[in-house]
Amino acid sequence: MKILVCISKTPDTTAKIAFTSNNTKFDAAGVQWIINPYDEWYSLVRAIELKEADASTIIHLVNVGLADVEPIIRKALALGGDEAIRVNTDSHDSFYVASQIAAIVKQGAYDLVFTGKETIDYNGSAIGGMLAELLELPYISLATKFDLAGSKATVSREIEGGEEICEVELPVVVSCAKGVAEQRIPNMRGIMAARTKPLKVVEPVAADVLTNVQSFGLPPAKAGVKLVAPDNVDELARLLREEAKMI
Amino acid sequence: MVLVFIDVAEGHVKKASFEVLTYGAKLAEQLSTTAEGIVLGSVTEDLSALGKYGVKKIYQVNNETLDHFDSQVYTNVIAQVAQATGARVIVFSNNVDGKAVAPRVSARLKAGLVSGAVGLPDTSNGFVVKKNVFSGKAFANISLTTEIKIISLSPNAYKIEETVGSAEVVPFNANVPSSKTKVTAVNKVSGEVPLTEAEIVVSAGRGMKGPENWGIVEDLAHALHAALACSRPVADAHWRPHNEHVGQTGIAIAPNLYIAIGISGAIQHLAGVNRSKVIVVINKDPEAPFFKAADYGIVGDAFEVVPKLTEAIKKIRGAA
Ligand SMILES: Cc1cc2nc3c(=O)[nH]c(=O)nc-3n(C[C@H](O)[C@H](O)[C@H](O)COP(=O)(O)OP(=O)(O)OC[C@H]3O[C@@H](n4cnc5c(N)ncnc54)[C@H](O)[C@@H]3O)c2cc1C
Ligand SMILES: Nc1ncnc2c1ncn2[C@@H]1O[C@H](COP(=O)(O)O)[C@@H](O)[C@H]1O
Repeated sequence: MKILVCISKTPDTTAKIAFTSNNTKFDAAGVQWIINPYDEWYSLVRAIELKEADASTIIHLVNVGLADVEPIIRKALALGGDEAIRVNTDSHDSFYVASQIAAIVKQGAYDLVFTGKETIDYNGSAIGGMLAELLELPYISLATKFDLAGSKATVSREIEGGEEICEVELPVVVSCAKGVAEQRIPNMRGIMAARTKPLKVVEPVAADVLTNVQSFGLPPAKAGVKLVAPDNVDELARLLREEAKMI
Repeated sequence: MVLVFIDVAEGHVKKASFEVLTYGAKLAEQLSTTAEGIVLGSVTEDLSALGKYGVKKIYQVNNETLDHFDSQVYTNVIAQVAQATGARVIVFSNNVDGKAVAPRVSARLKAGLVSGAVGLPDTSNGFVVKKNVFSGKAFANISLTTEIKIISLSPNAYKIEETVGSAEVVPFNANVPSSKTKVTAVNKVSGEVPLTEAEIVVSAGRGMKGPENWGIVEDLAHALHAALACSRPVADAHWRPHNEHVGQTGIAIAPNLYIAIGISGAIQHLAGVNRSKVIVVINKDPEAPFFKAADYGIVGDAFEVVPKLTEAIKKIRGAA
């Protein structure tokens, strides 16, 4: 059993969002980078659990990014996983990244590919689906539970107002959401071990870039809150009806 | 031609589909072309009635395999229809199904994808679509130059408009591959409004002290026909189910009205709800950061204010 876990980096959730170069670039000055929470908390931990259940399981991590991602990759390795692969290129757009990961999957003959539900910076929720299509594999998105029996996976996925449970034979691509696993904190042993785990760097394959960010912007600020006294709740109902026209 | 994917669950057209149909029709008008729909599998409702959202024609591929959602099979069939009909833009809702299919179709057709679009493209100079990034804390304008373009529209970002009109329903004979996934169960929480589709959301946080106190929150939600949501610690402590957790690492929502009770308004929480059109905050701490993001607020004890608000809403709604 070989599992590939896709790992991306995102600004820390409290990072100030600002842009430079005439609003065309994210202002990374002073920003702390973290492992994308969906990758760290759910997909990686679930992969580690599968290895704990079956020691013959091999876990590789992959990131498409430049050398500055390496501390993030090491942090991920501290949680678990046997080795990491970094595809040495800027991440351009979703299709380009998916194409890079597809090449890795083909070469490594993985049985299972995990991605996170989405990156919390770009919010694409696109790479898993693109990857599955490039590999001609089934794709279960927004998984909230993932179980394995031999080569058969049973997966719950989020649907509007509930969940759907489906069965699929490996190989498969799965995007992980909350529920798949519980967040773990790396321990000292993991952190020490991560230092010596292999982190291979490979060069990108030729691939198309289908989209370009032209500019960024910030939403307009709120006008300010209108406070209503707690003993005057009827007034809030009136405002919501007559002014906001919401109820 | 603008091809709109009409998403269906158990034979019923989802509300998100009305949004994308309206959006697709407006986009077609802007591009001086027509909007057409595509629906996969059987539908119990009258599809021609969807013409009121501005589509002239709906292709229906009716095949048992398509009654279950499988992104791989759906992609294959959508690509066949898109190619046969010469679609230039394909529109999806960025809902659960759209998030699974739109990227696949994008990869298959080498068509640029903008997921989570929040408005019509700017076509004055190219084709530029605005989308949310940084969990609603910012937006990006994405330029598409591929021959076919794919937009997946953020739920609740585009207002549904109805006119008069009826659509011609055209059966489409596609090659439907067999599905590699088998759906074994669908568990729906009955009688509840799905969170991502809800126009009003009532949400509560750690200020409620414990799960046993949720009755007053539920009563308010009932009075408003609202969906329920909660902050992350509430879901982590299993006071409420995970599927109610909203925020940067939960579900991102953009209802018309968001009522936050006993939630402090941490930046990670705001990230998932700040696209709500109107925000009401009820919190006993006047310094709670949520008030900065709110339109209306009450500084007070939720246990006193919420039941009163429920009554006030029942009264005002009953009087109308
Ligand atoms: C990486 C990361 C990701 C995160 N993602 C999310 C996310 O997606 N969603 C999310 O919600 N959080 C997220 N968090 C957690 C977030 O930082 C906050 O800790 C969390 O939102 C706080 O939840 P809360 O407001 O319910 O609780 P608290 O912060 O404890 O606030 C409780 C509030 O209730 C008020 N209160 C208390 N009693 C009453 C009363 N009787 N009447 C009225 N008001 C009362 C208090 O004044 C207080 O403001 C994330 C954190 C991290 C680090
Ligand atoms: N540069 C990257 N390298 C490796 N995996 C990535 C990268 N970007 C995104 N991913 C994976 O794809 C998932 C979805 O990302 P996105 O489609 O950008 O929202 C993430 O949770 C990661 O698992």
